[in-house]
Amino acid sequence: MPKLTINGKEVEVDAGLTVLQACEQNGIEIPRFCYHERLSIAGNCRMCLVEVKPGPPKPAASCALPVAEGMEVMTDTPMVKKARNGVMEFLLINHPLDCPICDQGGECDLQDQAMAYGYDGSRYEENKRAVKEKYMGPLVKTIMTRCIHCTRCVRFVSEVAGVDDIGLVNRGEGAEITTLERAISSELSGNVIDLCPVGALTSKPYAFTARSWELTKTESIDVMDALGSNIRVDARGNEVMRVLPRLHEDINEEWISDKTRFACDGLRRQRLDKPYLRNKDGKLAPVTWGDAFAAIAEKIKSAGAGKVAAIAGDLCDVESMYALKQLMAAIGSPNLDCRQDGAALDPSVRGSYLFNSTIAGIEEADACLLIGTNPRSEAPLIAARLRKRWLQGGFTAGVVGPQVDLTFDTEYLGAGPDTLEAIRAGNHPFAEKLKQADRPMLILGMGALTRPDGAAVLRAARQVAESTGMISGDWNGFNVLHTAAARVGGLDIGFVPGEGGKDTAAILDGAESGDVKVVYLLGADELDTAKLKNAFVIYQGHHGDAGAHAADVILPGAAYTEKNGLYVNTEGRVQAGFRASFPPGDAREDWAIVRALSEALGDALPFDTQDALREKLRADVPGFLAIDTIEAAEWGDFGRAGDMRADPFVSAVPNFYMTDPISRASETMAKCVDELSAAADGATGTHG
Amino acid sequence: MSEEFKFNDENLAKAKEIIARYPEGRQQSAVLPLLDIAQRQNEGHASEAVIEAVAKMLDMPRIRVTEVATFYTMINTKPVGKYHLQCCTTTPCWLRGSGDVVDAMRKHLGIDFGETTPDGLFSMLEVECLGGCVNAPILQVNDDFYEDLDAASVVKLLEAFKAGTPPEPGTQIDRQTSAPAGEITTLQDLEFAKG
Repeated sequence: MPKLTINGKEVEVDAGLTVLQACEQNGIEIPRFCYHERLSIAGNCRMCLVEVKPGPPKPAASCALPVAEGMEVMTDTPMVKKARNGVMEFLLINHPLDCPICDQGGECDLQDQAMAYGYDGSRYEENKRAVKEKYMGPLVKTIMTRCIHCTRCVRFVSEVAGVDDIGLVNRGEGAEITTLERAISSELSGNVIDLCPVGALTSKPYAFTARSWELTKTESIDVMDALGSNIRVDARGNEVMRVLPRLHEDINEEWISDKTRFACDGLRRQRLDKPYLRNKDGKLAPVTWGDAFAAIAEKIKSAGAGKVAAIAGDLCDVESMYALKQLMAAIGSPNLDCRQDGAALDPSVRGSYLFNSTIAGIEEADACLLIGTNPRSEAPLIAARLRKRWLQGGFTAGVVGPQVDLTFDTEYLGAGPDTLEAIRAGNHPFAEKLKQADRPMLILGMGALTRPDGAAVLRAARQVAESTGMISGDWNGFNVLHTAAARVGGLDIGFVPGEGGKDTAAILDGAESGDVKVVYLLGADELDTAKLKNAFVIYQGHHGDAGAHAADVILPGAAYTEKNGLYVNTEGRVQAGFRASFPPGDAREDWAIVRALSEALGDALPFDTQDALREKLRADVPGFLAIDTIEAAEWGDFGRAGDMRADPFVSAVPNFYMTDPISRASETMAKCVDELSAAADGATGTHG
Repeated sequence: MSEEFKFNDENLAKAKEIIARYPEGRQQSAVLPLLDIAQRQNEGHASEAVIEAVAKMLDMPRIRVTEVATFYTMINTKPVGKYHLQCCTTTPCWLRGSGDVVDAMRKHLGIDFGETTPDGLFSMLEVECLGGCVNAPILQVNDDFYEDLDAASVVKLLEAFKAGTPPEPGTQIDRQTSAPAGEITTLQDLEFAKG
C-alpha cells in the first residue's frame, strides 16, 4: 500500500486509488464536476486540480492521477487556489447567469462550487455562447447553454444504462451534448438529471413547479416494482412534486427507474377521496364512512362466512394486508389471496419465492439463466446490475423466454418450457455451463409462474437450481423476480387461502357462479373484473382504476406516499416507507380503514395504533425480519410435478411505463408510452 | 433520412481491406478512413446516410460515428462546393497575411466560412494549422495546398478554378518548393550552395 502525504499528513491508501479518492478517504474535499465514482474517469472538467510532487511544476488533475509511493499532495496551496479560481472562471465564461430561473438552483454543483472556489466577479466582457435545446424525450428537459461538457450523462447512458444514445458532437467552443433529437431509449434515463452537475438536464415534468428549498423531504420506499428502491419523496404542502433516489448499495445503488421517478404525477389524478356506494340506479354515489360500513356489514352478514373473499393487490403495505387477514379470520372465511396474477408461489418454503442471491449478490455470480423474464421492463435496476456484472467479464447469461435487448450479451436458448426441460434434464449445453460456474444463478420471472403450468415450471426451475449447484452452503442462486411490491410481504404474512379456501382464480369463478357473494379488493386492479359482476364488490384503494369501476362500495385509501407502511422487497428485505403527504379528502390509511370496518362488523381487531398492529404482526409471524436485514431463507421441496405446456414464456410486464393504478393515471407515463410507440413506428421505416 | 448511402464496389473493397488491418473486435478503429472514403464517394459530404452506413459497417452506435465525424474538420457533415477552400488562419499564416487572403475570398465569392456559393463551385472553411507554415499563408483546395498567397493572387487562383484551368498546386510565387524566395541571402560563401 503506497504511503503518501496529503497536506503534510502522512497517509497510507490502497494501491490503484486516484489522488482524488485518497483525499476523499482522508476527509479532504476536492471539487469536481466530471468525476463520478460510478462512472469511468473522463478528466475533462479540470476542477479537481491539486499540486503534486514530484512532477512538473503545474497543477495536476487528481481524478485521473493514480497514487504513488512517496507522493506529496497539496490541496491548500496558493497554486491550487489559483488553479481552481481559474478553472471556475473559464467554466463560468460560457455559463449563463440564470440561476434565479434555473430548476437546478439551490441544488447545483456549479453554484455551490462557484461560491466555495470561484472568484467573486467576472472579467469576461464578450458575448457568451448560446446552444440550441436538444430533444431527449418526454422526461429530460435540456437547456444546453448551461452545459459545461462534463460528459457524465454520456458516460451514464453508455456504461450504466447500456444504450449509446447520448454523445458529444463537434469540438472546442462548438461542443454540444446531443441525442440526435431522439428520446433516450432507457428505463433509467431520469438519472442523468441527478448526474448533471448544472441545470443543463433537468426534469421535464417538474420544470418550473417548485424550488428545492421549499420542499419537505421524506425518505421512503418505492412500490413501482418489487425492488423496494430507496427514494426521497419531495412534497410541497400536500402535493408530491418529485421523487428522487436515495443511496442503498444493496438495492438501487444511487439510481432509480423512470417509473419510480416520474409516475408521481399519477398521485394527483383519478384519486378516490370519498367513500362511494352503488345506489339503486346502479350509480356510485358519495356516502359517509358510516353508511359504507353499514352496507358492507349487512352484505357480509347475509352472505355468510364461506361466501366472503378477499384479494390483495400489488401496492399494498404489509400492515393493511395483515389487518385484512385478521378481519377475514374474524369473519371466518378462508378465501383470501395476495396473488392476484395467479402466480404459482406459496408461503410454505420461504426460499421458493425470494430473490435469494440478493440483488448485490448478482455481482458475485458468474453464470445466469433468465427464465420467462425481461428484467428491463420488470425491474430495470436488476438489468443494470446484470449489465454491471457482465461488464466486469467472466459472466455468461442465457435466456429462456422473451428475446429482448437486455443491454448485455446473452445467449438465446429458447422461448418456452421445452428448453427449460432440456436444461433440467441436463441435455442442454447451457446446463453444463451452469454446472461449471462457481456461483450460478437463475432468475425466474412472473411471466413463467402466472401460467396454468406455473407450479410445474417452478418445480423445473428448482430442479435446475439443485442439479447445477446453485444451492450450496453460502450461496443460493435461485431467484424469483417479483413484479409487485406487495407480493413478498403478502406471502410472508400468509395472505393466501386457508384450509379449504379459494385462491384468486377460484374466487373469480365463484363470484361468477354465485359461490362467492362478497369480494373485498384491497387495491387489486390487475384482474378480470368482468367476472365480478354478480358479486358485491368492496374496493379499497386510492385510484379510480379497474377495481373501483367494478365496485359496489369504494373505501378511499392512501397511496404509498401517504402512509407509513412496511414493504418486503423481492429479496425478502423488510423496509419502512414514510408518509410524505396526507391522503386526499376523506381517504384514510388502509390499515385504519380495515380496523374501523372490523368495529362496524361488531368484532373490533385488537390494535388501535399502527405500532400495536406491528407488534402483533411480529408476534404472529415469527420469521418477519427486522428492518433492512437479509437472512438466508430456508430451502425445501416446492413446485408441483406436472406437464409443462408448449407455449412460449412471455414477460409479465409488456409495458414498463404502465403497470399499476398510479402509473396508469400518470400523464408523464402516458407520454412515455406515446414516445415508445412512435419509436416503434419509426423502426418500421415510416419516419422522416 | 431520405437518401441511402451505399459504398461502390471499389470503395467497398478498400473499406474491407482497411477494416482487416485491425484486430477482431477493434473494427471501429477504421471509422476515420471509412468516413473519408465514403465522403469522397458522396461529393465530399459525410451526410447522415454516410454516417449511418459507416456505423452499420463497423457495428457502432450512430452517435459514436457522429461524434468522430463532427470532431474533425476534414469530415464535412454539411455539403461542400466542388472546390472546398480550407483557409488556415493559425498564427504563422495570420502573421503572413491570411487575414487579407480570407477577406479577399469573402469579397470575391460573397460567402463566409461554412457557406457555399450558389453555383455550388466554392465553399469556405476556416481550419487550424495545415503544417505548411514555411510557405504561409496556405489555402487547401480539396486535397491540394496553394501557398504563398496574398489578396491579389488568391483572387486570380479562384478565377482560374472557375475557368476550369487550375494552376499547379504549391507555391504561387517565384520560389522553388519551400526554398528561400528570391536571391540566396545566407550561406553564400559555400560552394555547394551556389550550384
